[in-house]
Order: sequence, then C-alpha cells, then structure tokens
Amino acid sequence: MNSLIVISILAIVVLYLGLFKAKSALLPVTVIGLLGALVLAIMEWNSGASAIYSGMMLFDNFAVAFSSLTIVSTILILLLSKGYFEKISDNVAEYYTIILFALVGIIVMVSYHNLTMLFVGLEIMSVSLYILAGIKKRDFASNEAALKYFLMGAFSTGFLLFGIALIYGASHSFDMSVIAQYVIDRPTPSAIDPMFYVGIILMIVGLSFKIGAAPFHFWTPDVYEGSPTLITTFMSTVVKTAGFAAFLRLFAMCFAPLAEFWMPTLLVITILTLFIGNITALYQSNFKRMLAFSSISHAGYMLFAIVALGSTSINSVFVYASAYSLASIIAFGVLIIVKDQTGGENFDSFNGLSKKNPFLAFVLTIAMLSLAGIPLTAGFIGKFFMFSTALQQYHTWLIVLAIVNAMIGIFYYFRVIVSMYFKDAEGKELITPGYFQLVLSLSAVATIILGIYPSLITNLF
Amino acid sequence: MDSITSTIQVVPLNHYILLSAILFSIGVIGVLIRRNAIIIFMSIELMLNSVNLLLTAFSAYSGDASGQVFVFFIMALAAAEVAVGLAIIVMVYRNTSSIDINILNRLKW
Repeated sequence: MNSLIVISILAIVVLYLGLFKAKSALLPVTVIGLLGALVLAIMEWNSGASAIYSGMMLFDNFAVAFSSLTIVSTILILLLSKGYFEKISDNVAEYYTIILFALVGIIVMVSYHNLTMLFVGLEIMSVSLYILAGIKKRDFASNEAALKYFLMGAFSTGFLLFGIALIYGASHSFDMSVIAQYVIDRPTPSAIDPMFYVGIILMIVGLSFKIGAAPFHFWTPDVYEGSPTLITTFMSTVVKTAGFAAFLRLFAMCFAPLAEFWMPTLLVITILTLFIGNITALYQSNFKRMLAFSSISHAGYMLFAIVALGSTSINSVFVYASAYSLASIIAFGVLIIVKDQTGGENFDSFNGLSKKNPFLAFVLTIAMLSLAGIPLTAGFIGKFFMFSTALQQYHTWLIVLAIVNAMIGIFYYFRVIVSMYFKDAEGKELITPGYFQLVLSLSAVATIILGIYPSLITNLF
Repeated sequence: MDSITSTIQVVPLNHYILLSAILFSIGVIGVLIRRNAIIIFMSIELMLNSVNLLLTAFSAYSGDASGQVFVFFIMALAAAEVAVGLAIIVMVYRNTSSIDINILNRLKW
C-alpha cells in the first residue's frame, strides 16, 4: 500500500521538478523514489495482510512479488532513458510522470481485491500508455501506433466491462471473495447462472487483448514497432507482466473451481498464440518487429500457468516474467544503441557487432539464449517451471507442441547471434554510454545468476 | 430512490439484458466495419454505455448500490479516455489531414 502512495506522490513531485526547470534532477529523483517504493513494497512481505478499504485492495505476497518485479523493471528501463526523451521534445518531466502513473495503475492491477479496482487500475495504465505510444508527435509510425493502441485498448475494455457486468448480475457483488464464494456454494455447473459463464468468456477476451494473446494479438506488432523503442520496452516487459498478474489473480481467486468450463477455451488460445507468434517471427527482417512477435509467443508460454491452474502457477508466472523482463530489457537496450548509431533496426544492422562492440554482442547473446530457453540462463528455468506446471495436470500434448515451438524460437533468436559473430562488420565502432553499461551488465548478470541458482526466486510462494 | 428502483423494475430484467446485449453488439459491429476513427470511437462509447445500462438494471434488481457506483467509475474513466483519444485523433489529423483508418497501414503486416 505504502509503495502505491509513494509512487503517486513521486509522479506529482516529478511534474513540479519539470515546472521549475530542474531537468538534471528528474532521473535521480525518480530512481531514488522508486527504490524507496521498492523497499516499502518488500517490507510488506509476509505481513499477513487483509483486504483494506472495504475490501478494495489486498496486499498479499502475490501483490508484493509482482509490484517489486514491475518496480525493478521500471527502474532499469528509466536508467536507459538518460538522454532519450530529450531528443523527442523539451517536456521531459511529463514523460517520467506518465510512466510513473502507468506504474501506479500496474500496482493497482496486481493488488486488486474488487473488480472495480481491476478496471480502474487497467484504465490508469492503459490511458497513460496511449499517450506514451504517441510521444513522437511528428513521426507517422508513432501516431499510427498510438491510434491503433487506443482504439484496440478501448475496444477490449468494453469486453472486459461487459464481462464484469454479467458476473455482477449473477453474483450481486464485485468483491472477489464474494464471487469466489458464489462459485463454491454452487457445486453443480447448472446451479450457476448462465450469465456468469458468458461473463467469464468475455473477461477472457478482454484480458487476452491486453496481454496480446492470439487471436486478439493483431495490434501488438504494429504498436510495438511504431512506438518509441523505450516505450516498447516498457510495454513488452512491465505491462505484459502486470497483465498476466491481473489475469492470474482473477482466475486463481475466483474462477478456479470452474476450470473445466474455461480451460478448453484458454487451451486453444494458448496453442494459437504459440504458433502464430513463433511462425510469424521467423519471417521478420526487422529486429524490433521480431521481438514483438517473440513477445506474443512468450505470452503463449506464460498462459500455460493459467491453463494448468494450480498451486505452482503463481511461482512459475513470477519466474518466467522475471526472466523474460530481464532478457527483453537487454535486447531492447542494445537495439536503442544500435538504432541510434547505425540508423537501422533490421538484422543487417547487427552484422559484425562482435567486432564493433564485443560487450554489446555478448550481453545480447545472453539475452537471446535466455529468450530461447537455453540452460544456464533464467529463460530456461522459466520454461522449465511452466512445462512442469503443465505436466502436473497431464497436458502432455500441450508440452509437445510447446517444445516444437521452442525449437522454432531457437532458429530466429540464433539468427541475431549468427549475424553478430559470423558476418562482416561495416561502419565504425559503437560506443556504449555508462548508464547502458550498468543496466545491461546488471540484467545480464541477473539472467545468469537466476539460471545457475534458480532457488533464489523459485521458492517464494 | 425507491421510486426510481420500482420504476426500473416495471420492465423485466431479461429485457434490460437483451437491450444491453443488442446495443453492445451494435457497438462491436460499428468498430469492426466503420473506417472513420471518430465513428469507431462513438461505437466504443456505445459499448461502454450499454454496460452502464446493464449495471444499473442489475443494481436496481438486486437492491445493491455498488453497481451504480461502478457506473460512475466507468463514466469518469471513459471521459479520461475520450480526452486522450481525441487528442491522438487530432495529432493524426494534423499529420495526415485525414481520420480514415485505412491510411494507417504504413507499418507492414
């Protein structure tokens, strides 16, 4: 709870810093404030929280873990923003403020205990992101990304709301413990109001839009490609993690006893997401767009935890989201440098990166190995946990399909490694600014450490 | 308040559900087939308002005020969305002099 208040106040303080032209103080104040919020969040670990504000919010271990993960990822991304926003416009403070407000929405989303708060958190986050996607006002791709994201986001909110309304109609409450009790009190499927089932399906549709799962993924590549790269990093790591946390929280707390009803739907969505994400990623020549499709396929892997909902689901989503966020931050960080200094974001721009800048090539290799799920990286541990969660419920065919997809994934992730190490370099050497070195090496070291000592975060829940 | 709830209850609940579902479907179809960004936007508002109607009906029938409070949340956040959305549409219009979403295909599929 305290971390939510700190971040909200921090956002307003940053806005005032912008008003008083204290530009050099923006980044340090934001990062220090977020570190404070992180400490406050971790202090609530295992505090045995109960629902506060008439059952609106619940800061249990789930909320603490996911708020901490999103705050850490946001700090890493903000450190990459040194000198980035200044090139876009003079109003730098507003960008930091909007990112912080998006983070406020995300923390509400991972700690809700009432469907009202799910909606409010989702909207605070989405409205901030619509603005962030379009901050390059003169750039046509950025405009297009903002408009597409806005129209699709508002459209999906409509589905989510209709679902909430129908669930309210059946259970007469927005409170999640009341809804859970409504389901438990009616052991036979026919005793539950049909509206409730329609509500679940509509909520799956609305949330699948938000996490970018097929067949509701079509906006993802365009929005990720068109948005400024730093914002894409934020969207594909922090926002995706938050979307999954909200999805998982809803299904684990309320709809778990009805798994027989919604599991087949989610199973189809998962398999479609895996295949569409991976196969389309094969054909991309643009690195950023490839990462967008790879984020769709990773959404597919993360959906495993919800398809095979059980006691280990929370843990596996947390591990997978941490691994994926770290690797994506590295990949996008390297992309920002390469785009900045060579001007292109195609695979060709990475040719001979190992000679032009061995450090960048090395960390990007770690990131690609982690995304592909090679052992000794965090990505392998994430996939391992996901697959074992699914196997506990005997989804053998799902695992077989997932392994086929993991192999397709290795192909396009290794394309980058091949062009970095085995193609000839052209052009001058690349320079890595200090902040980038810090963030990239921290993330790379964390990826390796989590890969070798997974017990650091795997036994949290 | 009581007279309003009893007036709402004159019409059976199923009729409200049907009306909301029809309005919602009109909104969805509008989003999918129209090509003008403003009209798509209006269709989305129609979807949100059908939800408001449904929530009010449920709230009156179950004698629980939280549904009507939720409607206020939806209205407030829809207004925030309108502000941002219209700003984005104006931004696109300034650069392209059009709000037809068919021009939004510069990013390849």
